Amino acid sequence: MTVMQPSPSPTRPRLTALRDRLLRIAELATTPLLPQDYLDMVDPLRSGAALRGRVEAVHRETRDAATLVIRPGRDWLPHVPGQYVRIGVDVDGVRQWRAYSITSVLGRADGCFTITVKAIPDGTVSNHLVHRTQPGTLLHLDQATGEFVLPRPCPGKTLFVTAGSGITPVMGILRNLADEDAADVVLVHSAPTADDVIFANELRGMAATGRIRLVEQHTDTAGMLGAADIAALVPDLAERSTWACGPVGMLEALEAHWAGAGLADRLYTERFRPTVIAADGEGGTVTFTADGTTVDADGATPILDAAEAAGVLMPSGCRMGICFGCVLPLREGAVRDLRTGEVTTAAPGDGVVVQTCISAAAGACQLDH
Amino acid sequence: MTAIQKKSDNPIAHLTAEDIELLGKQLDAIRQSVLDERGESDARYIRTVIDVHRKVELGSRAVLLASGFPPAWILGTIGLSVAKILENMEIGHNILHGQWDWMRDPKIHSTTWEWDMASPAVQWKHSHNQLHHTYTNVIGKDNDLGYGIMRVDEDQKWAPGHLLQPVWSFLNACFFEYGIAAYDLELGAVIAKGQTKDPEFRRRGKEVLRKIGRQVRKDYVVHPLLSGPNFVPTLAANFVANVVRNLWSNSVILCGHFPEGVETFEKRSIEGETKGEWYVRQMLGSANISGGKLMHLMTGNLSRQIEHHLFPDLPSNRYAEISPQVKALFEEYGLNYHEAPLPQQVYSAWHKIFRLSLPNGWLDNTTPANLPKQLVKLWKMSTGSRTVRRRLTLAEMAG
Ligand SMILES: Cc1cc2nc3c(=O)[nH]c(=O)nc-3n(C[C@H](O)[C@H](O)[C@H](O)COP(=O)(O)OP(=O)(O)OC[C@H]3O[C@@H](n4cnc5c(N)ncnc54)[C@H](O)[C@@H]3O)c2cc1C
Ligand code: FES
Repeated sequence: MTVMQPSPSPTRPRLTALRDRLLRIAELATTPLLPQDYLDMVDPLRSGAALRGRVEAVHRETRDAATLVIRPGRDWLPHVPGQYVRIGVDVDGVRQWRAYSITSVLGRADGCFTITVKAIPDGTVSNHLVHRTQPGTLLHLDQATGEFVLPRPCPGKTLFVTAGSGITPVMGILRNLADEDAADVVLVHSAPTADDVIFANELRGMAATGRIRLVEQHTDTAGMLGAADIAALVPDLAERSTWACGPVGMLEALEAHWAGAGLADRLYTERFRPTVIAADGEGGTVTFTADGTTVDADGATPILDAAEAAGVLMPSGCRMGICFGCVLPLREGAVRDLRTGEVTTAAPGDGVVVQTCISAAAGACQLDH
Repeated sequence: MTAIQKKSDNPIAHLTAEDIELLGKQLDAIRQSVLDERGESDARYIRTVIDVHRKVELGSRAVLLASGFPPAWILGTIGLSVAKILENMEIGHNILHGQWDWMRDPKIHSTTWEWDMASPAVQWKHSHNQLHHTYTNVIGKDNDLGYGIMRVDEDQKWAPGHLLQPVWSFLNACFFEYGIAAYDLELGAVIAKGQTKDPEFRRRGKEVLRKIGRQVRKDYVVHPLLSGPNFVPTLAANFVANVVRNLWSNSVILCGHFPEGVETFEKRSIEGETKGEWYVRQMLGSANISGGKLMHLMTGNLSRQIEHHLFPDLPSNRYAEISPQVKALFEEYGLNYHEAPLPQQVYSAWHKIFRLSLPNGWLDNTTPANLPKQLVKLWKMSTGSRTVRRRLTLAEMAG
């Protein structure tokens, strides 16, 4: 996994160094285990442990969405509103990693943060988190990351366009917006019905007090909003910086429209999943050179998924091609980028690296791992 | 015992090629049924065993800090022995087989696990998973047959040196972990071929020495030092726990492949072997230990050696539930499901070690009445020339 090393708290570097030295000495007595393995049994959230979090509460938001209050380990670093966190959770005994936007206010008194998850049909992790997770559950975490954040200083006029669970990173931003930054905020949010709007009361409350201008679109009755409809609803669109998060189709339509209007550089988008266009190539056998494990992967499945399903421990991150946490050297062979259909080939010594989360085998290939 | 192909009553003569393929399919189906169900309860099982092991190990080591007090020594030594056995058998052996890789937990994974034993996990995985499990009981291919130092089959020529085999075997059992480390290094063969300067061998040798160094430092220096005035009793407790663990794991492993009646195979016989034939070799080349839950836990479920050899990467806690189905297949195909209680299997294995330390047929032909005569013959065979040995051996086998 891409485990980011938490940087030691700057006020206590010496204590941290001392702790690490003591742990190394203790290892003489615990080998082949680490002293940490024993400490984990007592305090899995302590400083110096692999980053974990404990679910403190689960609040239902809509019939298929819930907010999880998570107490992170002591090495957790404050996030920037709009960022996401990777969560590792055991579903049916198998560790699964997914990304979720942080929705809470910074600096909560209880030290917790929240994520808000919408269960998607047949979704492995989202259903587990929304419907089957009890307070007390331990989760695995990475530090928060992501580029979907407001710049400093904040632009005067902002527009947010969201749909479904795409509201989550935006809620993370809105809740943390300082008064002077909230001068002129428009939110255009789509959901199937009024009852499906996540954070409905809070958003309507913000609108009632004039903090934001809220445009709610209930798509079951009113249909979907096209990019042109949004332009009509927000006439001063060209003066605004826009942040958008929602289904792939919506984001692509917005990108096309904004580019057409010469505003491409004022649109920031967050994708929850990659656009897959090239899912019909031949697959191949993937060999991992470190221990010779071989995995048969079809042409539609990311190498990351195929290898994990075969029990190989793989580095990973966002699982959708943006973070490069999954990159491995391709020693030999060919892979296809599932987003573009582009085939990358490598011969030994070429030094080619590939993102396994969006690459499928395109014939036999060897990865150094 | 003789390689199965040379036997007059070959136990698989009645099976046609179609039978064997069908049997293979039925075994595949059993495997698939476990894969389909594998899930949270299995994950909970291995995590519980790991948790229990850590508590027992830590508790015993804490008790041993007072090892000068005899009851503390006894309790601590028993606890530490149990912990070391659990760690090697149900935890280490099975994790290193990849039985738990499907959980994708980097802390419980065959590529990251290291165990409390002289042989480094990587080297053991190669000799055990890739060689022994592939070439199970094939004479000349499976070095587990006698670990390259013993005569374990009538087909191997007898030499006078084999008379000492019971002594070597016993010493090997007491210091089994070092025997395994040497064996994983193929130390015997490397020395015999004069390849000790080979850089790859040196690298691996250093790796083993480093591992042994860490192990010895923990058990025989750090823990005794922490015990202060009880340095010596704690050191003794660690030594005893290691020997107990070694004797135990050696016994379990002997029971898996050595008892009388377990078949061996000729090198030739595995050329172009089908999956079904491979299954049959595993079925006949392994033996189970009968017993209760505790026995299965402490043997790391190698008491289900047959099921383990058929499906080495299924989680060990599942062998118990599939064993009735496997047994039913043995019956259906008229094969012998080799299973007996531990003492019986250990006796059987050691009896074989004794028998084969002697020339073929000698032990069977010896009675209290003819003992003096037989001893004279053994003396002649041990000291005489090769021709004498051959002549006497043939006479012996003729009875
Ligand atoms: C940066 C980032 C931030 C994210 N933030 C959030 C968040 O705040 N809240 C949230 O609920 N989710 C968020 N996601 C999506 C989340 O990571 C998971 O992809 C989602 O929960 C589905 O996972 P799953 O295991 O339930 O589905 P899977 O079992 O992985 O997939 C099941 C099926 O659904 C499809 N599918 C996968 N993802 C989606 C999707 N997003 N919409 C529709 N169909 C899909 C798959 O192709 C598959 O067919 C974020 C993703 C990224 C990359
Ligand atoms: S996991 Fe983020 S780019 Fe592949």
